[in-house]
Order: sequence, then structure tokens, then C-alpha cells
Amino acid sequence: MSATLAGWLQAVALVGALALCYRPLGDYIARLLTTAKHLRAEKALYRLVGVDGDADQRWPVYLRSVLAFSALSVLFLYGLIRLQTHLLLSLGVPEMEAHQAWNTAISFTANTNWQSYSGESAMGHLVQMAGLAVQNFVSAAVGIAVVAALIRGFTRNRTDRVGNFWVDLTRISLRLLLPIAIVFALVLAANGVVQNFHGFHEVTTLTGGQQAVPGGPVASQEVIKLLGTNGGGFYNANSAHPFENPTGFTNLVEIFLILVIAFSLPRTFGRMVGDHRQGYAIVAVMGLFWVASAVLITFFEHQHGGTALQAAGAAMEGKEQRLGIAGSSLFAASTTLTSTGAVNSFHDSYTPFGGGLTIFNMMLGEIAPGGTGSGLYGMLILAIVAVFVAGLMVGRTPEYLGKKLGGREMKFASLYILTTPTIVLIGAGTAIALPGERAGMLNSGAHGFSEVLYAFTSAANNNGSAFGGITVNTAWYDTALGLAMVFGRFLPMVFVLALAGSLARQQPVPASAGTLPTHKPLFVGLLSGVVLIVVGLTYFPALALGPIAEGLH
Amino acid sequence: MSTTLEPAAPEQALHRVSAGLLDPKLLLAALPDAVKKLDPRVMVKNPVMFVVEVGSVVTTVAAIADPSVFAWAITAWLWLTTVFANLAEAVAEGRGKAQADTLRRTKSDTTARRLVDWPARKDEEEVPGTALRLGDHVVVEAGQVVPGDGDVVEGIASVDESAITGESAPVIRESGGDRSAVTGGTKVLSDRIVVKISSEPGKTFIDRMIALVEGAARQKTPNEIALNILLASLTIVFLIAVVTLQPMATYAGAPQPTVVLVALIVALIPTTIGALLSAIGIAGMDRLVQRNVLAMSGRAVEAAGDVNTLLLDKTGTITLGNRQAAEFQPAAGVGVEELADAAQLSSLADETPEGRSIVVLAKTAYGLRARAQGELAHAEWVPFTAQTRMSGVDVDGREVRKGAAASVSNWVTAHGGSVGSEVAQLVDGISAAGGTPLVVADREGGGPPRVLGVIHLKDVVKEGMRERFAELRRMGIKTVMITGDNPLTARAIAEEAGVDDFLAEATPEDKMALIRKEQEGGKLVAMTGDGTNDAPALAQADVGVAMNTGTMAAKEAGNMVDLDSNPTKLIEIVEIGKQLLITRGALTTFSIANDVAKYFAIIPAMFAGVYPGLSHLNIMGLHSPTSAITSAIVFNALVIVGLIPLALRGVKYRPSDASSLLSRNIGVYGLGGLVVPFVGIKLIDLVVQFIPGLN
Repeated sequence: MSATLAGWLQAVALVGALALCYRPLGDYIARLLTTAKHLRAEKALYRLVGVDGDADQRWPVYLRSVLAFSALSVLFLYGLIRLQTHLLLSLGVPEMEAHQAWNTAISFTANTNWQSYSGESAMGHLVQMAGLAVQNFVSAAVGIAVVAALIRGFTRNRTDRVGNFWVDLTRISLRLLLPIAIVFALVLAANGVVQNFHGFHEVTTLTGGQQAVPGGPVASQEVIKLLGTNGGGFYNANSAHPFENPTGFTNLVEIFLILVIAFSLPRTFGRMVGDHRQGYAIVAVMGLFWVASAVLITFFEHQHGGTALQAAGAAMEGKEQRLGIAGSSLFAASTTLTSTGAVNSFHDSYTPFGGGLTIFNMMLGEIAPGGTGSGLYGMLILAIVAVFVAGLMVGRTPEYLGKKLGGREMKFASLYILTTPTIVLIGAGTAIALPGERAGMLNSGAHGFSEVLYAFTSAANNNGSAFGGITVNTAWYDTALGLAMVFGRFLPMVFVLALAGSLARQQPVPASAGTLPTHKPLFVGLLSGVVLIVVGLTYFPALALGPIAEGLH
Repeated sequence: MSTTLEPAAPEQALHRVSAGLLDPKLLLAALPDAVKKLDPRVMVKNPVMFVVEVGSVVTTVAAIADPSVFAWAITAWLWLTTVFANLAEAVAEGRGKAQADTLRRTKSDTTARRLVDWPARKDEEEVPGTALRLGDHVVVEAGQVVPGDGDVVEGIASVDESAITGESAPVIRESGGDRSAVTGGTKVLSDRIVVKISSEPGKTFIDRMIALVEGAARQKTPNEIALNILLASLTIVFLIAVVTLQPMATYAGAPQPTVVLVALIVALIPTTIGALLSAIGIAGMDRLVQRNVLAMSGRAVEAAGDVNTLLLDKTGTITLGNRQAAEFQPAAGVGVEELADAAQLSSLADETPEGRSIVVLAKTAYGLRARAQGELAHAEWVPFTAQTRMSGVDVDGREVRKGAAASVSNWVTAHGGSVGSEVAQLVDGISAAGGTPLVVADREGGGPPRVLGVIHLKDVVKEGMRERFAELRRMGIKTVMITGDNPLTARAIAEEAGVDDFLAEATPEDKMALIRKEQEGGKLVAMTGDGTNDAPALAQADVGVAMNTGTMAAKEAGNMVDLDSNPTKLIEIVEIGKQLLITRGALTTFSIANDVAKYFAIIPAMFAGVYPGLSHLNIMGLHSPTSAITSAIVFNALVIVGLIPLALRGVKYRPSDASSLLSRNIGVYGLGGLVVPFVGIKLIDLVVQFIPGLN
């Protein structure tokens, strides 16, 4: 079977599997977010922490819960990392410096999983399991909880209650993430992903060199790394490492795990607002960008200019032979469009346009389909902007799903779309202006700039993947990127929850023939245009100096 | 005020909303005002244009420090951009000011004849009009000007209201009822009235009109605020994108001159819509004024575009004022011509609209010439009275009678005749269809009377109303007919006119309840009204249009006043509201879409020097980096001037459903916004490249 055919079959199998999951999984999430029933385990948990599971929160309370929970998570994780040398299963790794521990704690809490350390040499099994893997679950659940609150803003009327964060968090973790993770951890382990508590093995490589490779509970962490769009690898090589991603099949399963929740959430949205067509419109826009990106990256990676590349038949530098161009490109598009940041190949080595697309994917704001929860709320915010402009063009005060978009709503939507570009551009601009930070770049010229731009884009959009080639384990980068991650994650949540509160308070306007239809192909096209123009245009000058300058000869 | 305007073409007045073209003289006249608005304290209210002004100052300093043709060219065009934006607003305001001046001329200083202790005493004192207070009573006689707004409490007079309405035919104002309101500045033509003053000096209707048309009372509307927020945030994003570009450019080895960076910012921020936004709002109010509608706030105009439910009074709005003869239905054994002839004969002296309509029907349907009254010798006319409820004629020994079914039946039986059952069926049939039956009978030479047949009188729905209601339905607006008729009649007319719903035997309380019910469902309701008992409903409705002929209470309660007192205008008001929002949306889309072409002009100009590959982005083939940037900025400025007429006139609006409106506007303003600047910048570049010293 030729590589091209294999690539196509992989893509078709992936789309088929995602399409099969769309309805059952989306409906299941909608049910768990709306049902009044608690599981016995949940009730026990609520009693334990003193939460009234039946009391809904106002949006500021919901927000405070999100922030308090996340702040505690950061503190706990920071402490665990700093103290791991004194705890069990540390494998004798050296103590991590404060700035790096801080960066890592934020990174995993913010669902970013930016790693300025190398997984196998810096983290013992305890931190990996009790710290990082736990955050992989709950940070993903926080994202879904926030979008649940936003959807309730659309579905609820004349109320100031947007749901209960603790209930949402618990249910999403226990009823959604945990079962899927258990099933697929077994699938991955059955297909060769390691799962043990071994320490370092000294192995002799083919060339005769010596290498220390640790074992560990990899499969269990791998599955939630992808399912929760986290992306922080057990090993430094991430999903390119044969212990994490041994075969073409596991590669496909991993891509599926990255996408499955984010692509099913529009169904949840459609179900909760009582109109499945709304969900189809949103998922169509997401799918459009994902397909276009995957096709383009694959196309660019097959373009090969250099001698070495021509000999290899494609741009194989930085890619795994066993996964191939298609398996790598599909993974690259999926991981950068979902805020996952796991990699199975090195984006730094991609062709200028292929690599540029991975940056552009993240710049879109991680919305196609985006991170768990965060992708949908990001897309809904852009839908609000699109509805606002288009709604004016049909001659009415714009309304989305019956809720009017007035000054207050537009204020929060505007602040949302303002936040990430501001962080990315100020971060990259500052880094490139500082001589010391410039020195961290491996390459010079446009490619060197792309490395810096990638780092800040990745951090602010909570992707967490790295272009590579840049030394980021310095106090300055740990601090700056840490700030980018924390603001890039939580400021948008503030605006989303405020928006949810403001929408929930409203009395809905009944739809009529004069209402802008938000489920038709025209709106899909319009929303895609807004995503491209409103978001894409902001970054055009920066992109012109990086990948575009490099790619155009 | 409408005296200063050209009368609207009839077709236009009937339907489409649009406004006059822009007079180039207005642009010149507005120039001084535009320059005055450069005051930063004024500019800061418009964040987008404030950024442009700050940019202009920065480039001016940069051009002085490091002069070059390019720097001065950019500086000059940036200042022009700012002035053009102010020009748009100044022109829009200028049109209002011209109307205000006309109004002010009518508000001449008047002296009032105040009645002391009226009605107990009859003493008068002369005071200036400005000294009148709420509750004072004044007397106004023929030839005098009403000194202030108020209600007639005694007497009846004909009043010339042309100063307010532009309508020269005098109107009748009388105490009591719904025609008691008089407006300060209007002139009493005949008789004598006593007016109770209902407004404080300086707050009269004319004062408010002046403030409104001048834009003095203008506040940003909710939607304008929301749009401003979006535009401000886009401005900030682009500001950050350009400011952070400098270190990136420096790293790339191509640090950019300040002038170029400012040019890039101005090109990217949404200046087109930012410049025209307030002009669009002012022009929207202005378009209403041109249709003789005064909106008390911009908020009301916007709400008009959002209306879901229109409450329309049947009489005068949906139907012509009076019922008209539609059909002659003869009794058994009587020819329809004979019935028509008798009906016409009996109606010759009947001056009521119904009576005249019978004569007209007889002529149009049966070719019966209207006989002049003098033609018939010895004719004795029997006029209609409320007691007999019949009219007719006695001529050459023949008595012809026409009237309400019961009255004529009584007349027939009283003179020894009988009414056949088939006539009773005809009568019932007409009633059931919502019409009014008039029975015609005659009596030859003292014999028993004979019933000739029945005339079917019915409400005549105004021409074209059915189509308009269908249009409204496509726009997603529900129409509800309000009538005092019984449900049977109401249903028949509602079906004929094609309204969605009706409220029969409506009392003011019913109206109010209906509005509340609709609003509880989240709908916006518009209505017209004139009587004092309409006031609560007018206040409750989201858009309440009071008729100028109505009472002061109604005018105070509504948020718009129609000076023509034409209830059908409500539909136009809705269209104007929609057109206002569409214009904003269309220009916003156009403005944002423009950025794509500007990037393709400016980015290669900035960086093709260090990264030659970027010259591939120069797809317009612009002559040189400096000419490219200059062309983008010139285009940016000229497009504002070019769109001022559109902003003032509003984009073309045809009532249709949301989907087709959207695809049309995205096609024109979205795709147009992408393509036009590519062409425009290229054309400007073809000229600009020849400026000596620019390259």
C-alpha cells in the first residue's frame, strides 16, 4: 500500500470514527451536564468537601470557584514538584528550580502542558501520576465546565444562575473523562504503549552508545494527555517516542482521542439549546478549518526543496519513519488546532509553510475544534462577533439563539478576542527586543523569529507544543511564558463567564423570519470568514516576518 | 420644515425609504465645522478617529524632524482622513441645522393674553410668551399665534399648523375629545379658543424639535455603543500588532520609520466605519424628519428596526376611512339595474361618503350617470336622520327609501308591504361577511312598498396593503389589526387585508393587555395612537407613534410623533430603523474586509527589502514601497468621502427575509470590501508614483 493511500485511509477512518461518536458522545455530555441526579460517589464527595450539589451559582461565584480551584491546583503541583526528591518514586531525579517548577505547575493547571523540562529526566513517577496526570483530568474538566456555564447562559432565561462549578467538575471528571481514559489506556497498552513502574534501564543503542530509558505508567497518562487536550508528554520526545506512540495504529487512536471530545461538544451545545442544527453549523466551521489545515500541511510537507529532502521523497526531517508524512501532518494539524500540544514530529523541522500553518492554527485561538471546552467557548465568542456584524446587516439588533447582543455582551466578547493576541504579540515583541532572550534561539533570521513567535503563541493559546530549537529553560522564559499561560487561560474564562451571566439574565427574543439564521451554510461561511479575518489579520505582520518570509523565495 | 425639502416622489412616499442626494455645496459649508471638531476633547469620543488624530500629530512631528516628500504626503493625508471623518458628521448635522433654522424662524416672540383666575373671572393680562407657566390659561383669537403648547379648554377654531407639519390646509381644534391639542407657534385662523398651557417655556414642542433636528440632544444609542466597543477593541488589537511589530522588524534588520508604522496603524484600524458611524446615526434621525416623523430619541429609531409586532388601527390605516358600496344584490323578480337605479336615486342627496360611494358604484358598474339634483323637478329629498336612519327621495309620486335593514323593513311593513325571506337572507349574508347591508325599497303612488334589494357596504382595504403585510411577514413582523368592530366583521376584514391577527371590540385596556402579553414573550411592539386613552399603551409600546392631531397626553407618551398623522407611516418607520442598522453593519463589514488589500500593499513595502521573497505579496504590482504606502493611505481617506453619501442616504433596503438580506449585503459589502481596495489602491498608485521626490 502506498503512503498516500495509507494517508487517505487513515484520514477517512478518523473522520468516520469522529462522526460516529458525534451524536452519542455529545448527547451523553449534554445529559450529564443537565441531569439533576447525583451518583452515590459524587454525593459522598460533595459531603466531604462541603458543597451543596443542588445549589446553582451566580456567575461571579462560578468564576471564583474556577479560579480558587485552579490556584490551589497550582500551589499543590508546585509543592509536589519542589518536594519530589524527598518523596516516593522520585527515581532520583534532581530538584527542579523554582522558576521551572512554577512554570510547570501553571502549565499543567492551565491545560497547556508547555514543558521547559525533559519529562524522563525531571519528573519521578509520583509527580507524573499524582500531579501531572491529575491536572490533565481536572484542567480539561474546568474547560468543559466553563463552556457548560456559557451554554446555560443561552438556555436559561431571567436568572442569575449559571450552574454549579463543583458539580460540573466532578461529573465531567468522573462520568466523562475517567471512563473513556480507562478504556483507551487499555487499548494503548494492548498496542505497545508501556505501563509499569520501572526505573531507568541502561540500553545499548544500534550505534553502540549507552542510553538510560525509564519505564513508567505511560499508557494511563498518555490517554488523558490526548483526551483532555493537554499534551504534556511522559517523555521529552512526546508522542514521537516509541513508548508513547509505537505504531501507526496507536498514532491514529491518539489523534482520535485528541479530537473526539472537542468535535462532539457542538452536539452537546445543539442539544442543550434545543436545536441540533446550531451544533451542526458550529461543527461544520471547526471541521472546515481542521480539514483545510490537515490537507495543506500534508501538501506542504510533500513539497521538498533541499537535496536531502528530495532524496527522502518528502520533508522527513524531524518526523518518525514509522508514522510517515500523513500520520505526522494529521497529528500536527490536530494537535495545534486543539490546544493539545502533544507532538509526534518536530514542527521546527517542517517546511516554512507547513510549520507556519501550525503557528497559524494556534493563532486562530484554538477553536477548530479547540481544547476540551475552551474550543467551543472560543468558537461561540467568535460566533457572537459574527452574529453581531451580520445581525446588523439584516436590520435588527443582533441576537444569537434569542439572546440580544448589546453593549455588555459585546464588551466581554471584545475583551475575549483582545486577550490572546495582546499576550502573544507583546510577549514575542519583548522577547525579540531583548538581546539575552534572542540568544536562546537556535536559528537566525526568519526561522529564529518563528521559534520565538511559536513559543508565545503556544503558551498564550494554551497549546503547549514547542517549535523546538529555542532554549526556554531560563528564568526569563519560564516567567514570561508562565504569565502568558496563566493570563491566556484564565482571563478569557473571566469574560466567558461574565458573558454567560449577562446572557442568562435576558428574556429571549422569539425567532422570526427577520431573525438571522445561524444554522445555514451562509452563516458557516460567514463565521469562517470572521475567524480568518478578525483573528488571522491580527497576526499577519508577525507571520510575514516569520514563516511567510521564510517560505517565499 | 418640509417646506424646505423637496416633496417626496409619490412612489417613494408610499414605500421605499431613501433620502435626497448629497449636495456638494453642503460639503463645503460643513468644512469649517469639520475643522472645529479636530479639538481632541471632541475627537476622544470617537476612539477610532482619535487614534488617527494622534497618529497625524506624531507623523507631523516626525515629518518636521526628518522631512521628506513621503513623510509630508502621509502626514497631509492622515490629517485629511481626520477632517473627512469630521466632515461626514458635520454634513449630517448641517442638514439638521438647516431644518432647525426654518423652525426657529416660526418661533417668533409672541405675546400671550393670559387669563387671570379663569374661568371664575374673565380678566386678561398681556405677558410675553416666555412668561407662561404650566397650567396658565390664555386666550387666542383669529390671526394670533398660539403662545405655547396646550390643550383647548373652550371653543373651537381652525388652526394653521403649517409651521410644524408643512401642511397648509388648516385643521380644526376644539375643546374636549382627541383634537384638543394645539402647538406653540401655530396660528389661529378663525374663532376664539382658550388654551390651557401644558409645557414650561423652553420645553415646548418646537423647542424639542429644534434640539432634535440639530442633534443637540443626541446620545449614543445602545447598538451604537455596542458597535463602538467592538471597533475600539479592533483598534487596540491592531495598535498592539503594529507597536510590537517594530522590535520584530528591528530583529529582521528592517526597523521602520515612525511615519510608516503610523500609516500601517491607520490603514488597519476600522477608520471607514469609525468615521461614518455618528453620521449614520444622525442621518437616520434625519430620514425620519424628512418623512415628517419626529423621534424623541435615537433609541426609538433603533427599536423600530427590531419590532416584532405592529399594532395597526383598522380605520385609516388598513381600510379607507369609510365603508363603501361594493355590490347591489336585487330581491327576487327585480333586475339589478332597477335596484342600482333606485339606489342611486335615493343617494343623490346623501352627502355621506357611503352615499356618494353608492352613486359611484352605480356609475362604474352599471353606467348610470349621476343625475344632478336639479334635473329632477318636484323632487323632495328626505335627508338621513339619526331617528329614521333612512334617506331617500319623493319624485313624481314615487317614494324611494334606503337605509338600515331594520328601519327600512319597518317602513315597508308600516305601509302595508312585506319583506321577503330571501331579502332577510341577503341581509344576514352581508352581515356575516362583515359588511353593512342597506335595504332599498320603493312605493309607487301610495301602493304597498316593495323591497328592491340590498346594497352591500363594506370596509375597503387600502390598495397594496395585502402586499405590504406579506412583506412584513417575510421581514418577520406580525401585524395585529385593532378595531372596535365586532369579531365577525373584524375577522372578515382581517382576512381580506391579510393581517396576521386582530383584536376586535378593542378597548384601551385590551390594547394595553395585548402589548404586555407580546412583551412578556420577548417581543417588541410598535403602535400608533392619538387619543388620551391611548397614552398608557403608547408609553408601554417599544415604539409608540403619536399622531400630531392627537392630544398632548398622547404625544407626551409616545416616543415618536408623526406630523402628518398618517398611521400607515409606522411601516416606513420600521423600514428606516432597519435601514439604519443595515448601514452600520454593511460599512463595518466593508471596513474590516478592506484590511486584506491594505496588508498586501503595505507589508511587502515594509519588508521586501530584507526578505525579497515578500515582494511576491505585492500582487497589485505597486510601483515602489513609498508609493504603495501612500496609495493605501490615500485610498483610506478617499473611501470615507466616497461613502459619505451612502452613510447619509443609508444602504438600499428592500423588505425581505433575513437570509436574502444577509447574502445580498455580504455579497455587496463583504466581497466588495475585499475587491474594491485592490482596484482603488492600484489606480491611486498609478497616479501617486509620478509625484516628484516621493520614491
